Amino acid sequence: MKKKRLFGKRVKIAVGGTLLTVAVLCAIFAPLIAPWDPDQQDLMARLKPGFWSDKAVAGHILGTDNYGRDLLSRLIYGSRLSILVGVSSMLLSALIGSTAGVIAGLKGGMTEQTIMRFADAQMAFPDILLAILMVAALGGNALNLILVLGISRWMVYARVVFGLTRSLKQRPFVEAATLYGGGDFYVMRRHIIPQVAPVLIVVATLQVAQMILQETALSFLGLGLPPPAATWGNILAEGNTRLFIAPWIANFAGLSIIALVWGVNMLGNGLREHYDPKLAER
Amino acid sequence: MILPYILRRLVFLPLTLLLVALATFVVLRLTGNPVDIFLDINRTPEQVEALTRRLHLDLPIPAQFLIFLRDLLHGDFGESLQFSGSAVDVVMQRAGATLQLAGTALGLAVVLGVSGGIACAVWRDRAADAIISSIAVAGQSMPSFWLGMLLIEFFALQMRWLPTSGYGELRHLVLPAITLATILLPNFVLITRTSIIELMSEQFVVTGRSKGMSHGRVLLTHILPNAVNPVLSFLGIQIGTLMAGSIVTETIYAWPGVGRLLINSIFHRDVPVVEAAVFFIATTIALSNLAVDVLQMLIDPRIRRA
Repeated sequence: MKKKRLFGKRVKIAVGGTLLTVAVLCAIFAPLIAPWDPDQQDLMARLKPGFWSDKAVAGHILGTDNYGRDLLSRLIYGSRLSILVGVSSMLLSALIGSTAGVIAGLKGGMTEQTIMRFADAQMAFPDILLAILMVAALGGNALNLILVLGISRWMVYARVVFGLTRSLKQRPFVEAATLYGGGDFYVMRRHIIPQVAPVLIVVATLQVAQMILQETALSFLGLGLPPPAATWGNILAEGNTRLFIAPWIANFAGLSIIALVWGVNMLGNGLREHYDPKLAER
Repeated sequence: MILPYILRRLVFLPLTLLLVALATFVVLRLTGNPVDIFLDINRTPEQVEALTRRLHLDLPIPAQFLIFLRDLLHGDFGESLQFSGSAVDVVMQRAGATLQLAGTALGLAVVLGVSGGIACAVWRDRAADAIISSIAVAGQSMPSFWLGMLLIEFFALQMRWLPTSGYGELRHLVLPAITLATILLPNFVLITRTSIIELMSEQFVVTGRSKGMSHGRVLLTHILPNAVNPVLSFLGIQIGTLMAGSIVTETIYAWPGVGRLLINSIFHRDVPVVEAAVFFIATTIALSNLAVDVLQMLIDPRIRRA
């Protein structure tokens, strides 16, 4: 007898999807929603608290930072970069990883050994350490961040896709297609990709959350976009140096990050239960 | 039986480290002009010349790599540019602090995570499971550096129970260890929960129950011993996450360890120390993984035979 789960997959997908949609809308319509220019300084209104305090300055709902910039506007603009970097680097690593995984699975032999042992080796090396080194070498801008994060996580996809491809290759319908003269590319397009896609969607969704966390961690360490840029990691790092006098800066930046990442994780878990009902019964 | 396996693994250890060396070399030397990466705009021609000589930039790249490897074999990463002394000494002076922090955090995460996971599995789909599992998933979404700040805000700034940073006494270790442990904790809860739930439907467990053994006895004698191995192999994978997490945690709490040294050295363009620190972290991970593998073999005879 199966008991009803407290949070079903529908709830997870709905809650996660809503949070992600809100964040994406904020990012797209940032200039319309944000009450202030995120870089506009007002040195008379430095480090003012927001609506919860009577020392608040009118118009700054969440208060201001060390340069008198509006925190709410900076957070809204910050969502642009977090989502852009998170999604783009996920797409890049999914592309590299699943291509490598399919090739390793279909070809086998030396090709497989080379690709998969390389993936294993990179697995043993912390991804953020590789990212830190690469950003230090290449310099921090949005394009480099996407590149670095994309390269640092490709093996996650390679392993998943490789395992699936190898087991699919031995299934009768794939063997039949090969015997009929279907080339590697045909088999890949017609038989492998459709089967791998649902799993890939789940892994990719969960990876977006990881990428967003990695980006904020790099920014926090001072290796993300250079400071004036309004990114959540930068805002958090600035807040860290003023925890005692202006704790709200770090708190709201942290809340934004956890809300988005939690939403993406929920969506990913919900999708996983949807595509893999056996797992949901656990 | 075990000794040959350990020896075989030890043969592969240099290979892993060679790959790490290659990765460090490629990233730091080949992704751009090293002179631009390691020297700032105010560089003097003398500095450029010194760096060129130190890194042998006038030689072809394969030759540069061989020289890099030769120095590596001698444990020679060169002299630190910001501290006096060799880069290896600078890193080793801070190794103790990092290992102390990482070890404490790992211990905390394993003990709390495994207990939480057992609780979830035993009371599966009840309130306790729902609450602990939900917190674990939320914990996976928590940026560790923000948790660190919240802990500082509450325990150090408001309650004034613990110091915001520092090193030396037990009270300095509390907040950093909790922060670092929280990165791993949710994963340990979820992996323990899944392993135990999977074991619960195994035939030997069902047999044990039908023989009339109590739930508690079956859990202690049949389930837990078999759950040790999946948790251990997961622990092996998590060592990398642990070391990576220590970089961020050390930065938050100004903990005088290798992670913070690495970040500082990147900003000071202190190449020898960056290379030595990366190598230290990679070696620690490789050795810990070896230890985990050997431990697994000692515990589980099935792996020994395979």
